[in-house]
Amino acid sequence: MSSFEPVIGLEVHLQLNTRTKIFCSCANQYGCASNTNVCPVCLGLPGSLPVLNQQALLSAIKVGLGLNAQINPFIKFDRKNYYYPDLPKGYQISQYDFPVAKDGFLNIKIGDQEKRVRIKRAHLEEDAGKLVHDNSGSCSLVDFNRTGTPLIEIVTEPDLHSPQEAYDYLNILKLTLQYLDVSDCDMEKGSLRCDANVSIRPVGQTLLGTKTELKNMNSFRAVKAALEYEIRRHEQVITAGGKIVQETLLWDDAKAQTQTMRSKEEAHDYRYFPDPDLVPFTVDHKLIDSVRAELPELPQAKHIRFLSQYSLSEYDANILVADRGTADFFEAAVKEYPSPKKVANWMAGPVLMELNDRKMSIYELKISPASLIGLIKKVEEGIVSNLVGKEVLTFMLNEGKNADEVIKEKGLSQVSDDSALLVIIDEVIAQNPAVVEQIKSGKSNAAGFLVGQAMKKSGGRANPKKLNELITRRIAGV
Amino acid sequence: MSISKQDVKYVAALARIDLSDGELEGFTQTLAKIVHYVEQLQKLDLDNVKPTSHAVPMGNVLRSDETLKSLTQQQALSIAVEAKDGCFKVPLVIE
Repeated sequence: MSSFEPVIGLEVHLQLNTRTKIFCSCANQYGCASNTNVCPVCLGLPGSLPVLNQQALLSAIKVGLGLNAQINPFIKFDRKNYYYPDLPKGYQISQYDFPVAKDGFLNIKIGDQEKRVRIKRAHLEEDAGKLVHDNSGSCSLVDFNRTGTPLIEIVTEPDLHSPQEAYDYLNILKLTLQYLDVSDCDMEKGSLRCDANVSIRPVGQTLLGTKTELKNMNSFRAVKAALEYEIRRHEQVITAGGKIVQETLLWDDAKAQTQTMRSKEEAHDYRYFPDPDLVPFTVDHKLIDSVRAELPELPQAKHIRFLSQYSLSEYDANILVADRGTADFFEAAVKEYPSPKKVANWMAGPVLMELNDRKMSIYELKISPASLIGLIKKVEEGIVSNLVGKEVLTFMLNEGKNADEVIKEKGLSQVSDDSALLVIIDEVIAQNPAVVEQIKSGKSNAAGFLVGQAMKKSGGRANPKKLNELITRRIAGV
Repeated sequence: MSISKQDVKYVAALARIDLSDGELEGFTQTLAKIVHYVEQLQKLDLDNVKPTSHAVPMGNVLRSDETLKSLTQQQALSIAVEAKDGCFKVPLVIE
């Protein structure tokens, strides 16, 4: 019914996981005591000289290549001037007209269709310090530890046309960045931050409407909610004959609404100019090729390969690829036991459930691909049932033991011994005379009920096949 | 291009500098002279000259990603006008 089309562009700031800061040798580390990772360069003291961190440049090139972008053969740094207490120099070192990378793209899926989201540029810059507002409300406190943390800013073209598309783009972007291993991408710690520009225009119009900029979204879900809210607001204002004012708005997650950023700042005039402290850089093909050679297989390519190489379902492939560690674990496990579907079932099911319960990554779990396969084999061989297998997995993870040890110690192996099973079966038959009559009169599928009852009595340890066999024989023989 | 008082006021505001009426007048005149001096470049034919971002013929100066010792908190805060809780204390920036 809506006759408006939203137009959305996103800016993502990513903190790189280099050992040191972008322009000085201070540790690039989160969570240290205030103002302990600082030096004359990141404090902006007169006479100090910034020097670019080689690894930051390499990571930026890696990101550029991972986002299918062109790496600029010539890059330079510029000063973006503004006054704020978290910026000790009075300017931020950023890149203006020669960023590390430009003209990239990522594809998102819309239904069965792939849609290309163009990435305008990716540039390096330094992060600002952290401002804490004192409880007394009379002053602000500045911690410069974060100052000079290497950031890469990734800017899309206004190619996104719904909050869902923005959400999907952010997810595939984050996954790609995680695969590239350039950042922990942790939004809670602020390693990954996202601002959104949004406007609306009548469907069919090419001219862009007036945009607003949204900040302060702490999750992708919040980005989506903020965009939904803001698009509704634009529609209401324009439908009522009003005009959208170009401004920056802050998302209030608790109130679920955007709010005008109250600021004494006047219109920004950054007066970019080349930073004379930093000499320019040329990036030659040799360097680009060496970074390209080390690029890992990226998630979308891996997804396609998993579908064809392992004949996995779309669902399983999605789950496995959603984490590089999980995907690697899966492939290592399949090498040990070439039954991809079975391994995928265990990974996407019980293993993932354990990961979520424990809020752990696969690397932190006390289990190796070989030991998971050990367990899967026990289940396949009928030593333990599927159900008990899951229980064994929990013990394995708790105690760091292999499946064999756990099954022995806990006495979890399946009971296939006739005499032990018959004791249980006789009890079940005695307790369910009506069902027994049904079976006798030809309703053989009613036996399933008795198998279930017997299984329960055995604590899940009975061999179901054996149970079925024995029950059928017992009743026929009665 | 001439420099107006309005321009000087704007630049002063960006630089967080308060100017008296007398200073405003003085800076308008001196800045106009500087701009006028640089304006001589407009007369030159620079079509075939590449933009120069840096005057020093040097490039690709990089640092290896190795941590060196930082200042201690005490050293860092020794230059603070005021400090509190290990931080630089500044006037409240959000109302």
